[in-house]
Amino acid sequence: MANKSELTAPAPSFWRDPDKRAIVYQVVVVAVIGWLLYAIVRNTATNMESQGLASGFGFLTSSAGFGIISTPLVSYSESSSYFTVFLVGLVNTIIVAAVGCLLALILGFLIGIARLSSNWLVQKMATFYIELFRNVPLLLQILFWYSAVLKPLPGPRELHEAGDAVFFSINNRGVIFAEPVGQPGFEFVWYVFFGAIVLTWLLSKWATARQMKTGNQFPVFSAGVLLIFVAPLVAYMYLGQPMEFVPAEMSRFALRGGVTIIPEFVALLLALVIYTAAFIAEIVRAGIQAVSHGQIEAASALGVKPSHRMRLVVVPQAMRVIVPPLTSQFLNLTKNSSLATAIAYPDLFSVFAGTTLNQTGQAVEIMAMTLAVYLTLSLLTSGFMNWYNSRIALVER
Amino acid sequence: MTTITKLPNGGKVYAGDLPDKPAPIRTDGLVAWMRDNLFNGVFNSILSLSALALVLYVLPPVLGWLIFNANWVGGADACRVNPDGACWPFVSARWEQFLYGFYEKSERWRIDILLWMLAIGIVLMVWEKTPGRHLIAMFMLFVYPVLAFFMMYGIVAVNVYWIAVPLLLLGVLFATLAGGFFRVIGFLLMLGGVAMLWQVGSGAVQAIHPLGDRALPIVDTPQWGGFTLTLVIALSGIVASLPLGVLLALGRRSKMPIISLLSTVFIEFWRGIPLVAVLFMATIMFPLFLPAGVTFDQLLRAVIGVALFASAYMAEVVRGGLQAINKGQYEGAMALGLPYSKMMRLVVLPQALKVVIPGIVNTFIGLFKDTTLVLIIALFDLLGIVQASIADPNWSIQSVPYTGYAFVGISFWICCYSMARYSRYIEGKLHTGHKR
Repeated sequence: MANKSELTAPAPSFWRDPDKRAIVYQVVVVAVIGWLLYAIVRNTATNMESQGLASGFGFLTSSAGFGIISTPLVSYSESSSYFTVFLVGLVNTIIVAAVGCLLALILGFLIGIARLSSNWLVQKMATFYIELFRNVPLLLQILFWYSAVLKPLPGPRELHEAGDAVFFSINNRGVIFAEPVGQPGFEFVWYVFFGAIVLTWLLSKWATARQMKTGNQFPVFSAGVLLIFVAPLVAYMYLGQPMEFVPAEMSRFALRGGVTIIPEFVALLLALVIYTAAFIAEIVRAGIQAVSHGQIEAASALGVKPSHRMRLVVVPQAMRVIVPPLTSQFLNLTKNSSLATAIAYPDLFSVFAGTTLNQTGQAVEIMAMTLAVYLTLSLLTSGFMNWYNSRIALVER
Repeated sequence: MTTITKLPNGGKVYAGDLPDKPAPIRTDGLVAWMRDNLFNGVFNSILSLSALALVLYVLPPVLGWLIFNANWVGGADACRVNPDGACWPFVSARWEQFLYGFYEKSERWRIDILLWMLAIGIVLMVWEKTPGRHLIAMFMLFVYPVLAFFMMYGIVAVNVYWIAVPLLLLGVLFATLAGGFFRVIGFLLMLGGVAMLWQVGSGAVQAIHPLGDRALPIVDTPQWGGFTLTLVIALSGIVASLPLGVLLALGRRSKMPIISLLSTVFIEFWRGIPLVAVLFMATIMFPLFLPAGVTFDQLLRAVIGVALFASAYMAEVVRGGLQAINKGQYEGAMALGLPYSKMMRLVVLPQALKVVIPGIVNTFIGLFKDTTLVLIIALFDLLGIVQASIADPNWSIQSVPYTGYAFVGISFWICCYSMARYSRYIEGKLHTGHKR
């Protein structure tokens, strides 16, 4: 009979004990990083003092004094504060990122499906598109669209006579079209539109409940499209078209009025969408190909028709593979929108981390705010996509 | 002749040869191929025809502009005469600048040697039957960058920092990742680095003169440019980010909570911000972070920024590889009594890194394309130098900007596409599952 003390291993020496070693390692790492951070903060403070820079966010209230070519949603003038500049940049960034993500998703899906098409020509064209745009730097594409395609377009003076009413025009000042102005009564069209959305939502709930109970399907998608798009149109016609399109007017030198989409935005959006769509197409292709062939064969064996096979069997399973990399493409697009600074589209980076920083020299505060915005946008996007992903993920029992 | 006899029960009896059936529809040849692949159904036929129309609409003008109508010989005047084609004389006239930037003309042989070494090194690494491939890879990863730096920058008098800091980093790398003899060397290197820094700190030594009179003259970094600069940034980014990325990935998966937290925060921070912001920080903030009087080269700052940025992405790629390794491998290594460093170095990392070679190559392709962003902080990489050249009044011809962009586009495309093919080839080789 061995007694207990012979069975337990002797306690390892201090340096051989993984737990104690882990503590030592971590203390060392924390000390090194703490020292680094301390040095950085101290150096920055000394350097800023010697350069005569005041720290703090006081500069945000002072007047900016420069003009910005496009300020949607925010009222901005040269006497507005730097904080307004920040808001303008933020709005511009969000607009280009949101529109870009949506369009890149649509284009990417189309090309990804074309890449798997049984049609040889279409498949080769999709492959060509992907290989071409994926392997050329984005900045080059932005510069190409901006200075090689959009800038050499004819100017408004070459296209229109003075005094012309212009409803739609593409020239080197951007895309210009007539401004829609709602007349009294137009708000009813909005009511009908939102009503239709609510109704469609209720309809889909009811249809799901009915299918669970009886097995009968209801064409919710077609009905929803019909409700949301056709009902407002009917209301619009019924109310006697309460919307006026006010055209832009050609003065002696430029077009006045109308809605202008500046060429910087168009170039940036085109480049971002075309570039990102190439990546999304590959993700979609990989996702669809990742669905086991047995699934498709089983669906065919059960007599599910091809369109339903795609929609009910392949796509839901492919989405699980597609969504995580899709998230990082959306994030990439958002971050890449900061390349706007190369063509002076007034996004956050260009007007705030660029112009404002140059004028005020408040590097630390401005970079901190800018980085905080990008990090927040990243977190929000990945948060939303994670939520979506968990909703469609395989529920394992 | 066939005779058919009808039986009373309604059946038929055939005697003699039956009449020939029509030939089956052809299943080979061009027509059959087109029927199967282009015109199998109304929808596909319409699709094919519209796709064909698109090709015929786009391709002839593009090819005509690039090749058939292009100006191949002559100078700016030839391009002025024929504005409807690319102006390739612009590229041939500026060829050297696009490749070397503003690098001293008499010293360009140094770059030539380095480029040839790089090309041969890559070919030897990619070709699988090369004897001693691992040694060559080690050479390209650890020795070549140092060599390339000194050859490009020149050696007259070397600031001790330039030796001490790489020594220190190399030492840390060896001491943590290698074992046995190399580990001892790692500690010695670290010791040497610290000693040198100590010397600098006490003001005893500032510079040493290794080559004496036969020194390579200094070519300062503002003169670096063109494709060389693109390669410098991309390659130093990848070389620095690989070990850093591995360390960060190991850190993120570590069981030590603080190390894992710090690695995660570091990775997510760099992945959450755009590269433009990193470059801006490198130019504007970095000088603020350093003690007064210490200045860093603009290019070096950009490279540090790019390397940190790339290492976060590399860490995620490596982490994917680490997660793909069967848990049994870890457990097996632990059961054999291997300590952590040996478990990783001998068992896990060799497998994990092999799995993620495609991912690493893809990260490198992204990094390579992203080097163009240094244009924004006024460094002249290939795109930057072309962008500057097309503003030359001697070449203010309408077709020149297009030609410049086309040249940059084609150059990058060739590099990136061949890397992508390589990555796909490796992927195919590693893919041992069932294929359809």
